[in-house]
Amino acid sequence: MKALKVKMKSDKNLRSNLITFGMVIGVYIIMQVLLAAGVVSSLVRGLLVPLCTYAILAVSLNLTVGILGELSLGHAGFMCIGAFTSAFFSKCMQEAIPIAALRFTIAILIGALCAGLMGLLIGIPVLRLKGDYLAIVTLAFGEIAKNVINMLYIGVDEAGLHFSTKSSLELNLSENGTVIIQGAQGITGTPNDSSFTVGIVLLLITLFVILNLIHSRDGRAIMAIRDNTIAAESIGIPITKYKLMAFSVSAAFAGMAGVLYAHNLSTLSATPKNFGYNMSIMILVFVVLGGIGNIRGSVIAAVVLTLLPELLRGLNDYRMLIYAVVLIAMMLFNWAPACIQWREKMVYRLKSRKKLTKEAE
Amino acid sequence: MAILEIRNLGISFGGLRAVDDFNIEVKKGCLYGLIGPNGAGKTTVFNLLTGVYKPSEGIITLDGKDITGKRTIDINHAGIARTFQNIRLFKELSVADNVKAGLHSQLRYSTMEGILRLPGYRRVEKQLQEQALELLRVFDLEGEGEVLAANLPYGKQRKLEIARALATKPKLLLLDEPAAGMNPNETQELMETIKFVREHFDMTIILIEHDMKLVSGICEELTVLNFGRVLCQGTTNEVLNNPEVIRAYLGE
Repeated sequence: MKALKVKMKSDKNLRSNLITFGMVIGVYIIMQVLLAAGVVSSLVRGLLVPLCTYAILAVSLNLTVGILGELSLGHAGFMCIGAFTSAFFSKCMQEAIPIAALRFTIAILIGALCAGLMGLLIGIPVLRLKGDYLAIVTLAFGEIAKNVINMLYIGVDEAGLHFSTKSSLELNLSENGTVIIQGAQGITGTPNDSSFTVGIVLLLITLFVILNLIHSRDGRAIMAIRDNTIAAESIGIPITKYKLMAFSVSAAFAGMAGVLYAHNLSTLSATPKNFGYNMSIMILVFVVLGGIGNIRGSVIAAVVLTLLPELLRGLNDYRMLIYAVVLIAMMLFNWAPACIQWREKMVYRLKSRKKLTKEAE
Repeated sequence: MAILEIRNLGISFGGLRAVDDFNIEVKKGCLYGLIGPNGAGKTTVFNLLTGVYKPSEGIITLDGKDITGKRTIDINHAGIARTFQNIRLFKELSVADNVKAGLHSQLRYSTMEGILRLPGYRRVEKQLQEQALELLRVFDLEGEGEVLAANLPYGKQRKLEIARALATKPKLLLLDEPAAGMNPNETQELMETIKFVREHFDMTIILIEHDMKLVSGICEELTVLNFGRVLCQGTTNEVLNNPEVIRAYLGE
């Protein structure tokens, strides 16, 4: 009996995790078949890597918002750090490490590590704050990260790295030197290492790590802190350690998404559109719509909401209007109490009808 | 032998002297009651004991070790666990997970073992599940292990809070108004539970309570607080028959 119960619970988690992995792998296989058949439009083909990027971002933000229970509006800032540090590395090492797979693997590690480290540094002072205050500070961090990179000039020659905050001329490079980060113009000529397959693999890794973290001793501690900090402290759970762990792991995966994003573009520059607060809020919308604390929901919401505006492109001016209306409708359908009740009723009816037909047979 | 010794404890909030010159000695295995009118400073004493507040003066010794002014986490590790006046459960976690959170410092495996699902994870999680169920059985909650804590009825939430506190394997258990909001039947049942916990876990318990039936029914010694000061101290019989206590608290 006892052993059965232990098994039942871990089975439930395991099954839920397997469904999530199966879903991602299933979509991947279907897309590969469709790509091979040549029926995928170039528009959708171009969206495949961004879809993986956004799904990773949504899953990682859900760790902060849903599991740790803290509102962060600076997720794009961590993505930005991951993108630029990794692109910088790839550009520098393009000749030194000719094997693309090796170079890209190191780039991913560097991007994730830098973003995670930044998460730790930002987290130490910021996680003392709560709710709205934390949201505002993280929002500011995201903007600062983007703007700092916008004014940064970095070049390299045989004497080493040169930094400037004014212009590429101020770098004082020798004749053989090259400018790598050129202020607002960003990094050009990043090797194009990202692909749909890599994106899916990274998404699976993200899901694996975050789902397993949630269903472990550490995840339980993080959720205990979310539900009641004072009680968590009274039973000896170190609050700061677990808050920082959740926040920096979340940041590290955002950084990884940034790496994927950066290596999908030939020109990487920090604009309000890709790394600004609009992006942070977009990711938060994925999380909220998919269900706070619901990892699988985050993936689905990220995919649906990224595809939607592209599929509506034919409607020109009405595109964003319809997008907004659909967003509101979906939010209501998913989360309004009356709708939840209605859905439960429908499910119940369907189930009882199935039972009836079975009995009739 | 005294497991808890408090000398001269005091704290001020601004001009308010919330607790003043508080002395107490609790013997190992004792069921000790802390009573007094509302606002007398009973919960403040608990908060001082568990490090929520830092005392302005005084010394707290637990089992011969000075724990004055330590952090809440360290005090829990030193051996004090508590429940709260207004129940503080992890509402979105299951009943079993609430107790497993209490076992957090007892049974460990590393983050890596957890993420990669290494053998250590399986072994310790199995132990966690077994120990959690064992504790839940003491409180008649083993059938509700997978229920969300928020969905438990009130009386069971109180019990779960005690189970979670016990999971940290304390030497001293502090119960802050465990019978608040319970009906007479539930109170009766709670009294049995508290007695059982004392026997079964060989526990020292201090409880704050307003329900005089519970206090006179199970406490062996009492301290009465009034306006932050000790009004009277002694065995339950002595204290409850003290004319001063009757005047200040029980009503003539």
